[in-house]
Amino acid sequence: MVPPTGFTVRLTLFTSGAMAFLAVFALALSLATGRLADRWASELAQTSTLRIMAPAEQMDGQTQAAIRLLETTPGVASARALTDAEQQALLEPWFGPDLPVEDLPIPRLIEIVEDSTGYDPAGLRARLQAEVPGAVLDDHTRWREPLVQAAGRLRALGMVAMLLIAASTAAMITLAAQAALAANAQVIRVMRLVGAQDSYIASAFVRRFTLRALSGAFFGVVAGVVAVSLLPSTDVAGGFLTGLGFQGMGWIWPFFIPPLAAVVAFVATRSAALRTLRKQA
Amino acid sequence: MIALDKVAYSYGGGELFSEISLNLAPGSFHFLTGPSGAGKTTLLKLCYGDLSATAGHVRLFGQDSRAMSRDELALARRRIGVVHQDCQFLDHLPVADNIVLPLSVAGRMDEATANLPDLLSWVGLTAQAGQLPPELSGGERQRAALARAVIMSPDVIIADEPTGNIDWEMSQRLLTLLVELNRMGKAVLVATHDLNLIRAAKTQVSARILRLKGRRLQTAGVDL
Repeated sequence: MVPPTGFTVRLTLFTSGAMAFLAVFALALSLATGRLADRWASELAQTSTLRIMAPAEQMDGQTQAAIRLLETTPGVASARALTDAEQQALLEPWFGPDLPVEDLPIPRLIEIVEDSTGYDPAGLRARLQAEVPGAVLDDHTRWREPLVQAAGRLRALGMVAMLLIAASTAAMITLAAQAALAANAQVIRVMRLVGAQDSYIASAFVRRFTLRALSGAFFGVVAGVVAVSLLPSTDVAGGFLTGLGFQGMGWIWPFFIPPLAAVVAFVATRSAALRTLRKQA
Repeated sequence: MIALDKVAYSYGGGELFSEISLNLAPGSFHFLTGPSGAGKTTLLKLCYGDLSATAGHVRLFGQDSRAMSRDELALARRRIGVVHQDCQFLDHLPVADNIVLPLSVAGRMDEATANLPDLLSWVGLTAQAGQLPPELSGGERQRAALARAVIMSPDVIIADEPTGNIDWEMSQRLLTLLVELNRMGKAVLVATHDLNLIRAAKTQVSARILRLKGRRLQTAGVDL
């Protein structure tokens, strides 16, 4: 019924394509930060570190005493002192590979792995103070929580970005639909004169805009997925990032964007059309 | 079916006409005449619910048009076939698609296959079915408009200057089509300033002639 020409075709296709492209990145960000938050939370929640700071001649004694104490502490699954090589590896990013660890007064680190019940940090600190005065317990709480919180907020930001993209798409499609309705005022008048109800007239526009949004979003998603797949891999970027991309079944998620764009276009166009038709009456 | 009771219509303060009463009963045939600007087209628009009266009541199939919802008005229009002066086609659609438009909006496209060939033949437009409206002559456009007006088998047919842009021979042909429809029981209301057409009609059908003049509707005399 409606002539298939006009700038609204290009506007709708471009808008839905561009927004779908951006939505792929927002989705990738959201999923990646979600994975990051989960990883930090799970990896750091079950471990803690005991730092022994003592004169060189007492270091081994205090280390052995601390390990014995930890082995008898309820909630501790295992405790072991890091080797010189492991400590050197930890310091290597800052001091280089040739650091003479044995000649430096650096503390000895003991890695504690908790069991599922966990230990009582306050009780352990009290016992350590009495039996191993040079020991400092770090249960990672201080820096684990802000990191997990930050990752969680990044995930939320990704979700907000997707909502904003959906809202922007709806706004642009509403404008395009209103322009199409105005440009086709004569078509609408003729349809009314032959007995068309508002819902019928609206459906002629809704169908067209929904299909345009669906096809535009599909091309946008394909372009977005290709762009994400070309991002540097995790190994190249470094161990800190989990990779701003999709993993495994996560590659399916972007392909839910075109149907969602179609739903947004359907709702936006139908609402705009019915509102405009009521005003035109 | 369509009844106007002491209807008035005003454009921005100026009264076009008032105290208009008219009843389009089944099988009736009315001509509406009057000078240009008297309000013939406006009166027709009131009859098919395209305008609302500023005073009085317009009843469409028993319902006051002012109290009807937009959907109810649309449904009422499906029972009224209108031939507009300027035909009101969708110029991007072929003639055949324009003619079946009322069936399409009513969700009765299955009837198009059965009715369209006969209808095109009746109005003599079989060969022009695939053409676009701008490619038709004035007479062909009027006949296509008449075909569209009757494809839903409406109860009432309203024609606004249907012979305004066509020659006498074609006018006669259109008149014959309208008379045929009237004999099938349809109420027909034709607005025209063509007195020869009215005289020709009186030899074929018992028509009531109304004149809109001086803001009132009068019954025309035997001079016509």
